[in-house]
Amino acid sequence: MADAAITVEGARKRYGKKDALDGLDLTVARGTVHAVLGPNGAGKTTLVRILATLLRADAGRIEVAGHDVAAEAYAVRLRIGLLGQHAALDEELGGPQNLEMFGRLHHLGARRARARAGELLARFELADTGRKPVSAYSGGMRRRLDLAASLITEPEVLFLDEPTTGLDPRGRAEVWDSVRSLVGGGTTVLLTTQYLEEADQLADRISVVDAGRVVADGTADELKAATGGDRVDVVLRDAGQLGAAVALLPLTGVRVDPDRRLLSAPVTDRMAALSGVVRALEEAGLEAEDVALRRPTLDEVFLHLTDRPKEAV
Amino acid sequence: MSTSTVPHPNPVSHALTDSWTMTRRELARWARQPVAVAVNLVFPVMLLLMFGYLVGGGRGVGGEYVDYLVPGMLALTMAFGLEGTMIAVTQDLNKGVVDRFRSLPMANGAVLVGRSAADMLQSALGLTVLIGVGYALGWRAHGGPGAFLGAVGLLLLFRFAMLWIGIFLALVAGKPELVQAVQILVWPVGFLSNAFATPDSMPGWLGAVVQWNPMSQTATAVRDLFGGPGGESGHVWTAVAWPLALLVVFFPLAVGRFARLSK
Repeated sequence: MADAAITVEGARKRYGKKDALDGLDLTVARGTVHAVLGPNGAGKTTLVRILATLLRADAGRIEVAGHDVAAEAYAVRLRIGLLGQHAALDEELGGPQNLEMFGRLHHLGARRARARAGELLARFELADTGRKPVSAYSGGMRRRLDLAASLITEPEVLFLDEPTTGLDPRGRAEVWDSVRSLVGGGTTVLLTTQYLEEADQLADRISVVDAGRVVADGTADELKAATGGDRVDVVLRDAGQLGAAVALLPLTGVRVDPDRRLLSAPVTDRMAALSGVVRALEEAGLEAEDVALRRPTLDEVFLHLTDRPKEAV
Repeated sequence: MSTSTVPHPNPVSHALTDSWTMTRRELARWARQPVAVAVNLVFPVMLLLMFGYLVGGGRGVGGEYVDYLVPGMLALTMAFGLEGTMIAVTQDLNKGVVDRFRSLPMANGAVLVGRSAADMLQSALGLTVLIGVGYALGWRAHGGPGAFLGAVGLLLLFRFAMLWIGIFLALVAGKPELVQAVQILVWPVGFLSNAFATPDSMPGWLGAVVQWNPMSQTATAVRDLFGGPGGESGHVWTAVAWPLALLVVFFPLAVGRFARLSK
């Protein structure tokens, strides 16, 4: 694709006897947000580290912003930002000190580095942190500073490796807001995540990876449709009535979980299915504790795409 | 799609400014942790006082024990610097900040240059403090200013060799548990030297090991240059040769390891 910000063809990386990447292909269009979705050990971090020039692939054609990551690492580094899984900050120093240091290492010069640090601190609501060391920051603040540090030069391509793993819901919302504010500025974002919801919230397109290769690719809606789309969950008061409910509800492909008194089924027309279920329960006099529509979980996407459950996370 | 290789615009000036930025980073960290810096400076002073007064010595050193002990402690402090280097490099590697440095368009070696510049500065400061305390205890250098500077040079050269061994070990081991192992192991290595006692006072085989310890070579040469007991002329060259030999081995190993982080 001529207008690709990231091109990966047949990327391989082997650690010992394990293939971290097993012929992975990926194309990300300029100016889009692309999510790489998969469980632990699928090869997501290996992919990001190769794209960010931290790791060399064993084989494959890999280009970022039009430059080969191995042969032209310097050109790639001029054009990328990286938010890794672990905060890549000097924990002893304060936020401004960190950003100024990274600005100098981008060769902005002392004055521009200081000015840029000030802009980014204000933009990520960290302007009043002063000399407080990063080690005293909350998880969300640290992530925001880390993100600011990866945006020193307004990169063409930004890599976010599981940006919200380990954050509480508030921290997660903060990071999502920050990522959304980047979109539209022309930056291409490649995001890895274990959460379908996160990919759904942030990404234009999603690649599902498993065992070092892409097993599915598309928009969130396309993937969900392929997986069977939305689901309806019904929790009954009495587990003994589950069998009767399965027989009379207007649903197909029902899965039953007696321990949770739960039955779950894929639906196509959300509202018709919901009202149909509620009406059928009322007519039969079955008492339900909860009836809910929901999106498929990553486990279900996996089960569908790979015919095996997602490994324990 | 461009396939031309983009050259590094000005490699030398980038390498210099990046190294300076990385050195400044370490200095800024010191300013944040004055207590840790002070503890580092006070620790060898404590050892000096302990061996000078508590343990008491002078096992036939042929002169004032303090004149024997102070140069030994200076060399030991340089040897123990290996630990500090290893801890700092290990912490950086495990924090992810090295990943950020490596993803920036900066000179690759600046991370290691900044580390060595800061550690050498800290060691020079440590030498100054220890020499000051030694002076207060009655130790004197008798060799004149040229010999004095030569002695300091030998000590710093030895520290420089320890520094690159420390960087190499951190890059190979890279785990806090292994740092602990090295922290324990530097003690016997440091003590299997002539820092506190002459090899003559030890059993033959131990004396031989101690004689060969590179740290002993530095200590003996420094004693000679300070004009104190335990000095032997002719050791200056071995005190230069040993650290250089260690550097010839460990400098390329450390640089190679750093480059292989991408493997």
